[in-house]
Amino acid sequence: MARTAPVPAATDPAIIRNFCIIAHIDHGKSTLADRMLQLTGVVEQRDMKAQYLDRMDIERERGITIKSQAVRLPWELDGTAYALNMIDTPGHVDFTYEVSRSLAACEGAILLVDAAQGIEAQTLANLYLAMENNLTIIPVLNKIDLPAAQPEKYAAELANLIGGEPEDVLLVSGKTGAGVEALLDKIVRELPAPTGDPDAPARAMIFDSVYDTYRGVVTYVRVVDGTLSPRERIQMMSTRASHELLEIGVSSPEPKPSKGLGVGEVGYLITGVKDVRQSKVGDTVTNLQKPAAESLGGYQDPKPMVFSGLYPLDGTDYPVLRDALAKFTLNDAALVYEPETSAALGFGFRVGFLGLLHLEITRERLEREYNLDLISTAPNVEYDVTLEDRTEIKVTNPSEYPVGKISEVREPMVSATILAPSEFVGAIMELCQQRRGVLGGMDYLSEDRVEIRYRLPLAEIVFDFFDLLKSKTRGYGSLDWKADGDQVADLVKVDILLQGDQVDAFSAITHRDKAYAYGVMMTGKLRELIPRQQFEVPIQAAIGARIIARESIRAIRKDVLAKCYGGDITRKRKLLEKQKEGKKRMKMVGRVEVPQEAFIAALSSDESKDKPKK
Amino acid sequence: MPSTLPLGLPAPEDGVLPAGAAAGADTRDFCLYVHIPFCAVRCGYCDFNTYTATELGGGASQDAYAGSVLAELELGARALASSGVPHRELSTVFFGGGTPTLLPAEDLATILTTATALWGLAADAEVTTEANPDSVTPESLRILKDAGFTRVSFGMQSAVPHVLAVLDRTHAPERVLQAVRWAREAGLKVSLDLIYGTPGESLEDWRTSLTTALSYAPDHISAYALIIEEGTRLASRIRRGQVPPIDDDDHADKYALAEELLAGGGLTWYEVSNWARTPDDECRHNLAYWRGSDWWGAGPGAHSHVGGTRWWNVKHPRAYAAALEAGRSPAAGREVLSPEDRHVEDVMLRVRLREGLSADVLTPGGRRAVAGLIAEGLVEAAPAFAGRIVLTFRGRLLADAVVRRLLPD
Repeated sequence: MARTAPVPAATDPAIIRNFCIIAHIDHGKSTLADRMLQLTGVVEQRDMKAQYLDRMDIERERGITIKSQAVRLPWELDGTAYALNMIDTPGHVDFTYEVSRSLAACEGAILLVDAAQGIEAQTLANLYLAMENNLTIIPVLNKIDLPAAQPEKYAAELANLIGGEPEDVLLVSGKTGAGVEALLDKIVRELPAPTGDPDAPARAMIFDSVYDTYRGVVTYVRVVDGTLSPRERIQMMSTRASHELLEIGVSSPEPKPSKGLGVGEVGYLITGVKDVRQSKVGDTVTNLQKPAAESLGGYQDPKPMVFSGLYPLDGTDYPVLRDALAKFTLNDAALVYEPETSAALGFGFRVGFLGLLHLEITRERLEREYNLDLISTAPNVEYDVTLEDRTEIKVTNPSEYPVGKISEVREPMVSATILAPSEFVGAIMELCQQRRGVLGGMDYLSEDRVEIRYRLPLAEIVFDFFDLLKSKTRGYGSLDWKADGDQVADLVKVDILLQGDQVDAFSAITHRDKAYAYGVMMTGKLRELIPRQQFEVPIQAAIGARIIARESIRAIRKDVLAKCYGGDITRKRKLLEKQKEGKKRMKMVGRVEVPQEAFIAALSSDESKDKPKK
Repeated sequence: MPSTLPLGLPAPEDGVLPAGAAAGADTRDFCLYVHIPFCAVRCGYCDFNTYTATELGGGASQDAYAGSVLAELELGARALASSGVPHRELSTVFFGGGTPTLLPAEDLATILTTATALWGLAADAEVTTEANPDSVTPESLRILKDAGFTRVSFGMQSAVPHVLAVLDRTHAPERVLQAVRWAREAGLKVSLDLIYGTPGESLEDWRTSLTTALSYAPDHISAYALIIEEGTRLASRIRRGQVPPIDDDDHADKYALAEELLAGGGLTWYEVSNWARTPDDECRHNLAYWRGSDWWGAGPGAHSHVGGTRWWNVKHPRAYAAALEAGRSPAAGREVLSPEDRHVEDVMLRVRLREGLSADVLTPGGRRAVAGLIAEGLVEAAPAFAGRIVLTFRGRLLADAVVRRLLPD
């Protein structure tokens, strides 16, 4: 611990070290971060909550970090007091862009890998990203206290990946604290100090932006040139919007206002804005009076990739859902939504997400924090449809798929990286080929672990791909993907009809070769899920007017309790009242009563239900 | 009765009813149900409150059981009087179980005599006991007749040995005919209980049971679809795949066969699961349940109903006997029915009857549903125009669905 910590705004860049930790979920990043907070003395023992930096309950429960934060840690080495800025990066595939901005704020990265599991696909992808950004990498194996740890094997794997020696890989245990001091020393010794021009117009990159109920938007920045000071007016270079800097400071890890932030420093800004869209990740902050000529570059608008309809089970909850989504977007620049109506599900919203995890987390938080019961329709990607009259439309909802003459449909593609033990290569290739994937290449990371690269339609991986990959690799496979253009595809819309009435919620856009399988699967599922009615209910799958699959639910013939005597009456009355209640939760499709549960079950994938979420 | 008791309000120790229960009592019949919680064998499908041990201890043993019932009847007479319920003669008495005839006929006779002494018995009263064909003799039936019993209901269930075996019934099929003859000779009316839809029972098996039952020329037949109750041995055997599950379509086919053969045999349905030779042969005790009359239910787990208050006794015979020994009411809980509850019960019970439900009791919403029910062939058109809701044959099979539609949302 440093005796006299350097003061923000008056810190020589030479004693600053900015770093992040690249790690997979469960590889112990948050525990290691906690240990660093303790060792550097910024968090007292008694204030320590496990995984201090993961603020949201959901993050703590799922053991993943969604929003990154930055903490300033004092550390002394050879008599010099240093300021270390630890920038916490989101660990999941859906947040690649946020990761890239966090990396851009650093000079170095700790590559943290579980000594019992080895590197995973997302970690590898982020490592490549860090290497492209010329970050200095410190390879670290964590959890060396575990009996299953294989430090020699995975040290060799890491050394191989970053081009070093296995002996250079640090062995630590976030749990016991072993090796963590050595790691802090190594950060000081090996990572380059930030450089920048203190006299140039101020330029700071936003790497995170968080909405706080009491303070409004808290923006995390890395200063590259010049200085930012309290009360000055700043400008966002992408939008030209200007704000007054109400407060500026550093996190340690509670916010501490400072006299400003200088070259190489990392901290937070508060301007009083209420919506993270006014303070976008990747944007450059400058001084309004003395603006920089050029932004730092690299800014992108977040692009939703996966779309799903969210509907309240109880229609009267619609306003609650609307308000909840409005609040969520304050803190989530990637979330987009617009109202949507479904004949089957009523009023809801079509919501765009960065990926499936983003969808799951958002849905779970909506349900938990607003006490909502939601139905989410099967996730969809965005299709570019060109009609024969050259009109172009974007389709994110199957029910909007045009019925007219279509000349071309383009679907988004991804390049996917899969890491797995080599014994599963066959199973993985089979899966990817079923999903219309094209093999891009394959490399051995070590003797028995491979990296397989595929180009796949995004639509093929948004539903159940990850779960299938996990089950086909007995849990060892990991996946990373990034957007990779689009391709022309032979797609059709499959409609599902109940007694001749189309149920929009069950329509799907699929590849022509898979339409039949979808039709058979969905009609079969619905036959099981929809209770028998007083009349026969045909269930059909159709492409346009052509029926491709059919099932039917036979009419119910008996719905009466045989016996009802003196001792049965109370029980029977209560049963009836329960049935009446249940009826209220039915959605009418034409004359057919469909329980909400049938919608939920039909729209969830077989393979993923009852499985732990990723 | 089902073995699980409902959740309800606490019941007072003296058994006194809340104000209001007495209102209009003189316009309602008053009946008595006596539960006999003993069986020689516990059948695999049965979830009734019954015990096979002969010695449950204290007033719960079979020997002392009648004494406990007498104590409850005396407490009941006092409680009704204190509640301001006017004195009414019993119009029906029904001994159910369990197997009432496992008790000595003298005990059943004593219980009936005591009830008569407390309340009086109407001149045309119907007095029934359920009986297992194995547990009656010419002598025991004679004693019952002499004590005032008018009717005996035999648990025949099936005439097919392999079906009886799945049900764990121990009687030989031919034993039923003998028991029916003895009952007739004693001067008792005879009803037969049948069960259909037992796993493994074919349509032909069921036809055999029906024609056999009809060949005994009973006055009354009850035919029940087998209900698989949670917690029974049969339920767990089905769950383990040892016997096939029951099938509603099979039940529907068998119900249709029952209606066809029983009607052909000269019996007429008067409730969803009950057929009688003449209107005089209908079970008036059960009709009292369906018409919302008052009845006192004596015995462990028995339910009672007086003027919109329903209560139920503690389940276990030992707890039951202990309460009465201490001079306390054996009631475990009760409910006071709201007007809405009474409406629900009225609709769900009366609509099961051939006499039907008066359209006047329906809410406007319920009345609006009637046209659709007629159009779907679930409710008879002609009686509906005359103001009564009577189920068609198809409506009887879908009676619960009809009830849900007749009730307000």
